[in-house]
Amino acid sequence: MTSVNVNGVHGKALSWEMKDGALELALDQPPCNEIGTAMLEELEAFVPVLEAAAAENASAVILYSKQPAGFSAGADLRELYAAALPRTAEERVEGVREFLERIHWVLNKIDAVGITTIAAVHGVVFGGGFELALACDLIVADKLARFCFPELRLGLIPGFGGIPRLRRDVGNAVVRDLLLTGRSVNASKALSLGLVSQVSAEGEALQVARQTAAQIGKLDRKTTAEAKRFLKPIPRDEMRAEIEIFCELFARPVVMEGLRKFVENTDAQPYLP
Amino acid sequence: MKTLDETTEEILMLAAQHFKVPRAELSAGDDFYKKFKIDSLQMLELLTRLENHFGVELPDYEVQGVTEFRTLASRIQARL
Repeated sequence: MTSVNVNGVHGKALSWEMKDGALELALDQPPCNEIGTAMLEELEAFVPVLEAAAAENASAVILYSKQPAGFSAGADLRELYAAALPRTAEERVEGVREFLERIHWVLNKIDAVGITTIAAVHGVVFGGGFELALACDLIVADKLARFCFPELRLGLIPGFGGIPRLRRDVGNAVVRDLLLTGRSVNASKALSLGLVSQVSAEGEALQVARQTAAQIGKLDRKTTAEAKRFLKPIPRDEMRAEIEIFCELFARPVVMEGLRKFVENTDAQPYLP
Repeated sequence: MKTLDETTEEILMLAAQHFKVPRAELSAGDDFYKKFKIDSLQMLELLTRLENHFGVELPDYEVQGVTEFRTLASRIQARL
């Protein structure tokens, strides 16, 4: 037996519980589950729970959001900018590198865990939120979900393993389109591109994910774990390269200027060139 | 092929349903951000609904800076 508490844990940004044999992780930090230090710390605390659930033969893991705006708007750019502002370029890079190493550790654990992981997404699935979903084995998308990698619009690249995981899942032409335009695509388009595996009716993504988890629960766990290891190797060299490129780009003044405009913007529409 | 007026009317109907306001309270020249008091994330949800309804893909950068239903309709019309 494990001493990890799988049941009924509620943090500030996350909560998790066992439901019908599946471990469910709810993202629940307003306004839209921005991934900053608080969310990262709780994701790190979730990892042993995830591994315990796998060891105890949970049927699957479902990640979803309780925030109406969506699954996650991605990295907490306001926190990132505030932390970077008083620092030298060198210190900024050091800080962001530490964050990236930690979030990569978490997402790699989710990616490689020996049970099936399902992201049930709705609304905004942007940047780091999209990268979190991509770490999962399956993505079930509400028909009003919207996916985007806006990082290049701020002078950066995705930093949570997004490019290697995209390249693992879809063709390079799709990766270029999403990254080099920074445009968002809807769930139907994401399905046609192979980014998501199922589209649900409005408000039904979690229910569809639960039904999928129930089916997965009928399968032999050892076989699932072996299949995952075979089907879904983590592209570690590319992950490492991504961190290095991100840090190199992050040191440039143009990034701080882009973040400043984004953070200081008070219009209804965000600053995104 | 729908006319621009027909497209505009369908958008107004869908927006009214989406944000749960009477259709009669909306007109083509309204600023939807102000009218519904919405932010960009809520606007994206409406955009997705419109894409699903019209069967088009409308990159978000094409509606950046767009605030009026009339202009939004012309962007969608260009993709029909």
